Amino acid sequence: MDDLYREIIIEHYKNPGFRGELDPNDYTYEDENPVCGDHIRVDIRVNDSGIVTEAKYSGHGCAISQASADLLMEAIIGKKVEDVKKLTKQDVLDLLGIELGAVRLKCALLPLKVVKAGVYGVGKESELSDLD
Amino acid sequence: MSVDFSKYKQDFPILSREVHPGKKLIYLDSTASTQKPQIVLDAMDDYYHRHNANIHRGVYTISEEATELYENARAKVARFIHAPSARSIVFTRNTTESINLVAFTWGRKNLKENDLVLLTELEHHSNIVPWQILVQEKKIRIEFIPVLPDGILDMNAYKNLLEKKPKLVAFAHMSNVLGTITPVKEMTTLAHQVGAIVLIDGAQSVPHLPVDIQDIDAEFLAFSAHKMCGPTGIGALYGKFDLLNEMPPFLGGGDMIRKVTFEGFSTNDVPAKFEAGTPAIAEAVGFGAAIDYLSSIGMEEIAKHEQEIALYGLRRLEESGGIKVIGPHNQRGGVLAFDMSGIHPHDVAQILDSEGIAVRAGHHCAQPLHIKFGLPATTRASFYLYNSKEDVDSLIKGLDKVKMMFD
Repeated sequence: MDDLYREIIIEHYKNPGFRGELDPNDYTYEDENPVCGDHIRVDIRVNDSGIVTEAKYSGHGCAISQASADLLMEAIIGKKVEDVKKLTKQDVLDLLGIELGAVRLKCALLPLKVVKAGVYGVGKESELSDLD
Repeated sequence: MSVDFSKYKQDFPILSREVHPGKKLIYLDSTASTQKPQIVLDAMDDYYHRHNANIHRGVYTISEEATELYENARAKVARFIHAPSARSIVFTRNTTESINLVAFTWGRKNLKENDLVLLTELEHHSNIVPWQILVQEKKIRIEFIPVLPDGILDMNAYKNLLEKKPKLVAFAHMSNVLGTITPVKEMTTLAHQVGAIVLIDGAQSVPHLPVDIQDIDAEFLAFSAHKMCGPTGIGALYGKFDLLNEMPPFLGGGDMIRKVTFEGFSTNDVPAKFEAGTPAIAEAVGFGAAIDYLSSIGMEEIAKHEQEIALYGLRRLEESGGIKVIGPHNQRGGVLAFDMSGIHPHDVAQILDSEGIAVRAGHHCAQPLHIKFGLPATTRASFYLYNSKEDVDSLIKGLDKVKMMFD
């Protein structure tokens, strides 16, 4: 339990660095977890070289999903969009530094799912199958 | 002289299980599904050990025994809700299937474009979506009886809505989130005055309150075995016999037919008409055993016991600070859904689990109701006959730990 609610998770949940919205933006997407109603929106700006310059998230959810979103925004800034597309479930778990059961895994992966759907564009859901 | 409920806990083997080292299971999620007493497990075990065979038309001994056990269970269900006859009880998979059966058969036959169905804002998704399907399919209309801020239905608004002459009024007897107990008899009488048919979602009431369906006089009542000490996979639909008799069949297949030729079929009598295919026989036996168990304790006593724990829990939660319980504050069922400011229900439930306490987090299949109360999700603790005030005390201690971790 104390592992799950590591300092880093509580810290990012209570004092997020990347909460907010970007308007205008280059990529935006939102989605929810139908099981618990957690909702996340992600806005991303990229420069001419295809590098993420700014990323913000908004919405509501548990400490795991919110901390995951905050850490993910931090992680994708400075990355090429092509590299963001390659992020995996394990990358998110490494950011959080925890092991998760099936139910909470969905909380942790919702932000990545939204980011990927955003940068791939809607309709390419097949690219997201590894996150379900 | 009130009954000592502490002795019933030992009837449930799972309640002596440790879920984490040194942490015994404290089960506070009976609104989702209840635990099963040994007597129910034994009845199903005995069925498979001694009587297992397909029912109806078997001429040999064990098939006749299986048929008798299955039909006896139906009779027990009928007596439990004071139905006039076992023929008024259709076995289904659960409450959801019971409601869908009515929407699919009675609804498809009797509802036309622009016909009005009245629901309430406190419904579970299972009493919303089957009717929304008919909105898409048959262009019927749905209106919702509002819930007041204290969790009670707005009866004046209901009376006004009745003036629009609904064809059907369908509502929960007890809310699975607010714990509200709705005035079913009064609502049924009012609906009948404008000629509407009444369907009651009894998923939360039949397991927890004495229910006399002839006294209430509603046309349909739906409920599930697994929420009343019985197994999963079986539920019941009570319907007034004449209505059931005129409804078209639900699923097609074996047992629901009288005669089949290459040209067509004729249907069997009610209730077999609605029970196509081999049913959940062992589960029906378990359902019957669960009803025997509940009856041996007494539904009046069970309701009183739960009400006592619910009001105690309500007081303890509100005294502990930073917690808001939604729903009525006087008469309510054993369900306490609450919001802890700044802490998501998932986190609350996860930390409680580390103490062996099982609660539910989310919208509890009542998303529109949560939207109405401005909460994306709540944490819900719910009680049954095997719970005690000590379980509430453990919950409060667990919630103190939650607050500490997020402080």
